[in-house]
Amino acid sequence: MAESHQEAHKQHSPLLSVQGVTLQYRTTDQLLTATYRVSLDVQRSDRFVVLGPSGCGKSTLLKAIGGFHAPTEGRILLNGTAVHAPGPERAFVFQEFDQLLPWQTVRANIEFALIAGAHLARGEAADRAAHYIAKVGLHAFADNYPHTLSGGMKQRVAIARAMAMEPAILLMDEPFAALDALTREHMQQELLQLWQDTRFTVIFVTHSIPEAIRIGNRILLLSAHPGQVRAELNSPGTDLRDAQGKLLSTRIQELLFDRALKSAAGDNGGNDNV
Amino acid sequence: MSEPTHERPEIVNTLNTHEFAVIQAPHSRWRRLCDNGAFRKTLVLVVLMVIWEVYARALANPLLFPTFSATVGALLSALVTGELPRAAAATLILLFKGYLAGLLLAALLTAFASMTRIGADILETLTAMFNPLPSIALLPLALIWFGLGEGSIIFVLIHAVVWAVALNAFAGFRSVSPTLKMVGRNYGLSRAGFVLRILIPGAFPSILTGLKIGWAFAWRTLIAAELVFGVSSGSGGLGWYIYQSKNQLEIPAVFAGLLTVILFGLSVENLVFRVIEKHTVRRWGMAS
Repeated sequence: MAESHQEAHKQHSPLLSVQGVTLQYRTTDQLLTATYRVSLDVQRSDRFVVLGPSGCGKSTLLKAIGGFHAPTEGRILLNGTAVHAPGPERAFVFQEFDQLLPWQTVRANIEFALIAGAHLARGEAADRAAHYIAKVGLHAFADNYPHTLSGGMKQRVAIARAMAMEPAILLMDEPFAALDALTREHMQQELLQLWQDTRFTVIFVTHSIPEAIRIGNRILLLSAHPGQVRAELNSPGTDLRDAQGKLLSTRIQELLFDRALKSAAGDNGGNDNV
Repeated sequence: MSEPTHERPEIVNTLNTHEFAVIQAPHSRWRRLCDNGAFRKTLVLVVLMVIWEVYARALANPLLFPTFSATVGALLSALVTGELPRAAAATLILLFKGYLAGLLLAALLTAFASMTRIGADILETLTAMFNPLPSIALLPLALIWFGLGEGSIIFVLIHAVVWAVALNAFAGFRSVSPTLKMVGRNYGLSRAGFVLRILIPGAFPSILTGLKIGWAFAWRTLIAAELVFGVSSGSGGLGWYIYQSKNQLEIPAVFAGLLTVILFGLSVENLVFRVIEKHTVRRWGMAS
C-alpha cells in the first residue's frame, strides 16, 4: 500500500526541475557567481515565488530558466527535457516597461508574439489577442501605442501577451516592482484572479516579503552572494502565525537575515572590546 | 509628555457629478493655427522673402543682388525653356544613384559590424578616419581613377553618404534595449525576423538621423562637384547651371539655381523625412 503510494508520487513528476544550478557571469573585470548549486522543483499550477535580497541572483536564475543564460554547472529540465535556449513555452514578463515593442499597438504586440512564437494564423492570433486583452481589461486601449499607456497598463499588456501564448510556464521577473504602491496592490489582486481562471504555472521573482506571501503558494528563499537555497516554505496567501505563534513574514525575515544580523552583532561586540 | 492634539472634525464631501462649466473644449481657430508648425514655418519664409525684396530694391544693383521678384522671374523662364528642369533632373538622377549606392554599402558595413566584434572595430576606425575628410577633396583623385564622368562623382557621393549613415545605424543597433532583444528571442523570432522586427525598428530613430545627414552631405557634395567639374559629368546639372549663368553674368539665373537647390532641400526635409518621422518614430513615441 505504502509502496504504490510512493509510485504514484514518483509519477507526479515536477513540471520544471532545476538541479544543482550554478550561474556565473563575466563583468568587464571579474567573474561573478550569481547562484551556487540551486535546486528547486515546480509543480503544475504552482505560484512559485523566488524571494531574496538584491544580489542573490534571483533574476539571473529566472533568466537561466528562460534560456537566456547557460548554467556553468547543473541542469534545468522542463517536462524532462533540458532547457538550452529561449523559447515561447517559457513566456517571460520583465520588470522594465520597455518590453513592449514601441512600434506596435497593444493588439499588434500580442499578435506578433502569437504569430512568431505560437505559429498561429493571423485570424486565430487576432481572436486570441482580443480575448486576453479583454481579460486584463484593456479592450478600450487595444489600438493604442505603448507610450500612451501608464506603467500599470503596460505591465498588463505584457502579462496578457505572455498568457496569450498559453505557455507551459510563465516567468515573471519583478513585474510590479516599478509600479506605485496602489497600482501594485491592484495588479497583485488581478494576477491572483487570472490564476483562479486558468490555473497557469508561474515562477514569480520578487524582493518584497508581503508580495511573496500574497502571490505565492510556495516560496523559495535565496541567500545573497552567491545565491543559495535557504528555505522553501508554503504560503497560505496571508501572513498567518505558525504553531509557535510566529508570523510567516517574521519567519522569512529571520531566515533571510539571521546570518547578517548575527555577524553584525559579532562585529559590534568586537569593537566594544577594543 | 503627551503631544498636544488638535481636535479637528473629519471632512467628507459628496462629489459634484454635473454642473461643470468646461471639462474639455476644442481650442479656438487662432490657437489651432498657431499650433500648426507648417503655418509658422511658412510665415518665416514669407518674412525672409519680404526682407530679401526690400533689401535688394534698396541696394538697386541687380548684378550683385537681384530682387526676389527678378529671381522668381528667372526661375519661371528657365522652367519654361526647360533648361532648369533638365539640369535638376540630371542632378537628381546622379544624386539617387550615389545615395542608394552609399546606403547599400552602409548597410553591409553595419551588418558586418553588428555581427562581429572585429567588424565593429573596423567600422569605428574607418569612420574616425574618413568621416572628417570632405568628399570634394577626393574628387581630383576620383577623376584620375574613374575618369571624367559619372563614375567619379558617384564615388565621392558614396564617400559622402556611407560614413554618416553607417555610424548612425550602428549606434542605433547598439542602443536597442536589451529587454526588447530578450523579448524577440523569447518569442522565438528567426535570425532574419529578429533583425527586421526588433533591431531595425528599435534603431529606427538613429537610422533616420543617419539618412537625413547622409542626404544633406550628398546634396552638398554633388552641387560642389558640379560647380567645379560640372562639364565633366557630361549632362550639366544644377551646379553646372549656376556656374554657367555666372559666366554669362545672368545673376538672377544664378539665384534661381541656388533657389532651386534650397527648394529641393526644403521639400525633401518637409515632405519626405518629416512624413516618415510622423508615421514612425513620432507615432511610436520614440522621437528624441
